[in-house]
Amino acid sequence: MRSRTVVLFIALSALMVVLFLTDLSVGAVNIPVGDIWNALTGGDCPPTTAKIILNIRLVKAIVALLGGAALSVSGLQMQTLFRNPLAGPYVLGISSGASLGVALLILGAPMLGLTGFVSSMGMAGAAWAGAAAVLIVIAAVGHRIKDIMVILILGMMFSSGVGAVVQILQYLSKEESLKAFVIWTMGSLGDVTASQLRVLAPSVIAGIILSVATIKPLNLLLFGEEYAVTMGLDIRRSRGLILLSTTLLAGTVTAFCGPIGFIGLAMPHVTRMMFADSDHRILVPGTILSGASILLVCDIISKLFVLPINAITALLGIPIVVWVVLRNK
Amino acid sequence: MIRLNDFSIGYGGRHLLEHADTEMREGTLTALIGRNGAGKSTLLRAIAGLSKRYTGNIILNGTDIAYMRPVELARTLAFVTTERTRISHLKCRDVVAAGRAPYTNWIGKMRPEDIAAAEHAMASVGMESYADRTMDRMSDGECQRIMIARALAQSTPILLLDEPTSFLDMPNRYELCSLLARLAHDEHKCILFSTHELDIALRLCDYVALIDRPRLYNMTPAEMIESGHIQRLFSTVSTTDFDIRMFLK
Repeated sequence: MRSRTVVLFIALSALMVVLFLTDLSVGAVNIPVGDIWNALTGGDCPPTTAKIILNIRLVKAIVALLGGAALSVSGLQMQTLFRNPLAGPYVLGISSGASLGVALLILGAPMLGLTGFVSSMGMAGAAWAGAAAVLIVIAAVGHRIKDIMVILILGMMFSSGVGAVVQILQYLSKEESLKAFVIWTMGSLGDVTASQLRVLAPSVIAGIILSVATIKPLNLLLFGEEYAVTMGLDIRRSRGLILLSTTLLAGTVTAFCGPIGFIGLAMPHVTRMMFADSDHRILVPGTILSGASILLVCDIISKLFVLPINAITALLGIPIVVWVVLRNK
Repeated sequence: MIRLNDFSIGYGGRHLLEHADTEMREGTLTALIGRNGAGKSTLLRAIAGLSKRYTGNIILNGTDIAYMRPVELARTLAFVTTERTRISHLKCRDVVAAGRAPYTNWIGKMRPEDIAAAEHAMASVGMESYADRTMDRMSDGECQRIMIARALAQSTPILLLDEPTSFLDMPNRYELCSLLARLAHDEHKCILFSTHELDIALRLCDYVALIDRPRLYNMTPAEMIESGHIQRLFSTVSTTDFDIRMFLK
């Protein structure tokens, strides 16, 4: 490995740790750094402080860390798989699927008078089921299709179709359920409870472990599918592995936090530029670190100005995407 | 060695080749020629395992490709397609190293023998000095050589190239074909490439395979000129004073 790469990895890791700690210290209540440290290490501090740090801020910071890493790695996988710089984790309709799940739950269930059903299942479960359903349909159809661009177009059309169904549900629903739905679409890192984190964290970590197994296939896919096949890639198996990993990563995060835009689209580009490399052995760990850092930054900003996280990720992400488009011209 | 047994291929109801039987041996350079749309790329893609819409058998070094796993096929045959590949931020060293994929482990770790094979491949095409450059700042001819080096790094007994000369200027076309001839003879490879350059095919290659739908003729340049197939297929299209004998060595 080149020395520049090593230095960048060390710097990014350090940055991520610093941002994680900063994220813990920022919030509605001012808590001294010493108390934060004591709360984390089980030392002496006021019980309410310990509660705020461990039950609220720590959970949220871990969600930001895992969410940023997950969305960025998923975006990297989609960009390489489709050889398209504007692909991201939601290109195949994961977010539309999740929206449909949530829309059916929030908007559809009251229409049918199923309020008890709503509380028992939860938004995260519905979103996850929706995201997984979309990916299963795409994987099933994609298994028969050779051309990856056809899969991309099908995914985009399918996700637009699902979006239309969601709009119909929105149009027909009552005001209060509509508001609950719109707030979900704005995304939030703070709604994840400690017990939900016990589902989110292992799922994302499983997705990241799988993504390590997609490194060699992704490196070959840089040359396009045909070249990859002539270099010995088992294309069906690799596609399946990549889709499964992306579902675990982006599907899980979207289920618990809502659709968080632009991170997954922008961070793979930022990482490529920083390392000046397209080797996924560097890009996968690189996007994990840069993605986690950027979502921590977004969370810190959203706490400081009390704004929805999606507004921040868009305002930070859009300039990066514009820059990529202009640069490729 | 490439062997075609009772090989037929076509698409959309058009028969490009019917019941072709031929073989291309190791240590020889064969040019695949034919009019536009004759099926040169289709044939190459089928031999490379990228198209399964054929009947008959394609046998590479004694094994039918229908029974080969992807890795096994990638260790037997390497292919350079017409696609212009330019991957930003990827060094030529890494492009060529990707050719070692059939031999490396699950994460693609390069062992000393893999590094040696990649370096040897770069040296064979005279591109050692480009190892640290990226393809987005290289000419078409240079990129072509790197993609050929990548194919050579696969250390396969068989090498296919689809129109490798098409975007090169005259001196580079000759140079590339001489390089292919040298690789076939010195490294004892079986090399098959498609081209539109009749003069190159007839002057520099050991064999010329001509697709004359739906037949495939595979013979030495001298035999090919003698047979009159080329005059029949090509002379009517361009000039009246087309004289095939000017290609005789």
